[in-house]
Amino acid sequence: MLTTDGAQAERYLRLRRRLAGSDADDVAATLADLARKVRETDLAMIRRAGLGHIGSDFSVTDILVTLYGAVLSIDPRDPMAADRDRFILSKGHTAGALYVVLAQCGFFPESALETFAGPLSPLNGHPNRTKVPGVETNTGPLGHGFPVAVGTALAAKLSGSARRTFVVLGDGELQEGSNWEAAMTAGHHGLSALTAVVDRNMLQQGARTEETKRLEPLADKWVSFGWEVRECDGHDHRRLLAAFAPATGGRPVCVIAHTTKGKGVSFMEDRVEWHHKVPSAEQATAAFEELTR
Amino acid sequence: MTGTVAAAPLFDCRKAFADELIAMARADERVVVVCNDSVGSSNLVRFREEFPDRLINVGIAEQDLVGVGAGLANGGMLPFVSAAAPFLTGRALEQIKADVAYSHAHVVLCGQSPGMAYGELGPTHHSIEDLSWIRAVADLPVIVPADPAETRAALRWAAAHDGPSYLRIGRFAVPSVNPDDLVFEPGRSRQLADGDDVTVIAVGATVSRALDAAARLREEGIRLRVINMASIEPLDEEAVLRAAGETRGIVTAEEATVTGGLGAAVASLLAQRRPTPMRILGVPRTFAPTGSTEFLLGHFGLTADGIAAAARHLAGDGPR
Repeated sequence: MLTTDGAQAERYLRLRRRLAGSDADDVAATLADLARKVRETDLAMIRRAGLGHIGSDFSVTDILVTLYGAVLSIDPRDPMAADRDRFILSKGHTAGALYVVLAQCGFFPESALETFAGPLSPLNGHPNRTKVPGVETNTGPLGHGFPVAVGTALAAKLSGSARRTFVVLGDGELQEGSNWEAAMTAGHHGLSALTAVVDRNMLQQGARTEETKRLEPLADKWVSFGWEVRECDGHDHRRLLAAFAPATGGRPVCVIAHTTKGKGVSFMEDRVEWHHKVPSAEQATAAFEELTR
Repeated sequence: MTGTVAAAPLFDCRKAFADELIAMARADERVVVVCNDSVGSSNLVRFREEFPDRLINVGIAEQDLVGVGAGLANGGMLPFVSAAAPFLTGRALEQIKADVAYSHAHVVLCGQSPGMAYGELGPTHHSIEDLSWIRAVADLPVIVPADPAETRAALRWAAAHDGPSYLRIGRFAVPSVNPDDLVFEPGRSRQLADGDDVTVIAVGATVSRALDAAARLREEGIRLRVINMASIEPLDEEAVLRAAGETRGIVTAEEATVTGGLGAAVASLLAQRRPTPMRILGVPRTFAPTGSTEFLLGHFGLTADGIAAAARHLAGDGPR
């Protein structure tokens, strides 16, 4: 089990306090800077490991950075605190992006990222809660995180806790029927402290979602399951922040975050092959240049 | 201590299950039950009457059932996830693996009406594969109580155990074979009859039948040791190895397919540590024909006669 990087956790908590008292422009600028660092670190990590899901990681990065930078009530020094907000990455194949974010928050030392996918590393290709603090449940096979998130939200409701639960789902993942079982349960119980975020990049591993098994009209599906739906640009931190505000209608909230797979690197953007392709040395150099531009 | 239990009163373990859950819920407000519409068949009507908010019925949705259970555990509750064993273990096997076992969630998986309890309803509703499937999953104890006392004891242990577990809750009526104040310990079997000719290792509904077999064989001068191996995983290896050393051979009996349950666990141990003649009784690799539970147990030789015949064979043929 990895353990907290105390100094980094302190820096993270100071940043959270600063952002809590900042105006929207400052918050957005800070989150954009954090997202750039996450993508750079993730790119280097995937290059080193020779595997990863870079297109999907870059799609979800701004969602993760917004949640961890300005929304979730968490303390990396006490990752099992009973009333922490719960965050579940149902699209567990984007563990790379999550690991970088967790390290930046101080859940574990950033040096651990160097072991990603290596022999005996606690950081395998999908997150494991028994080895990585900050991970709530082990995901990887799709359609698993959402029912677990419904369970954590139900537990909060039963025990009278105001804590919130966030779960991030891939759009292709919504083809798994278990998600709709969970959506029905959450709608039935009016779990208003639950927010499901759909990383809507329109691509799955093999092709476009709408060519594979059509998801649209996606917002209508969620509404009909008893959810409040909010749609926004999934790379605009300010709009994401607004979308992550608490529910107002007594229903669970679905944020459909419109994203671009491979966001930030022109030759990866919206290209199905970058789901889990590893960049060559030349491509990595070009990608770094674009990210730091 | 050897007794005939053929004429003893019979009990449905679901009542013990429901009674114990209610007692635990009264004492511990974290206790919740998650079910998939199976309120009646899991004997949970009384629990719902007393704790309406703590019976979470996710509807007919087994993947959600197990995932929600794992989430409730994450959220600080103590969930007992209850559903008919074939659907719990078959439909939600990946949730059991990933959300419960691999995530090391403190979820008590309660497989109701296992084996061929739904005899006439056919193989879709039989749960003879569960022991094989669940045994293959790491970090997941597999427990098959033999009677009401053991059902209650196993539930109390699972509630206190900081991790996942799978319990088979029997529907087929069985006699009492354990003391009322039984304390369940994982990896510990109970020797119910002494004997040094042949050993029978049994679980669930076959335990009392093994005791009856022992009573019959005693009249023929064959002394049968009977072991109740409620904890299939972890297995009581020491008791198995001792039996292999002290008797001529080992019969296993389970209301499950022989491909991966109790018999396979015992055979794997013995093949590697102390090769011993065995007879593995259970359901061969076939779908059962139509019939009641009682009929099907007889059809597959899971009776006192069937067990006695297997033991007699080992008593005559087995090298000492």
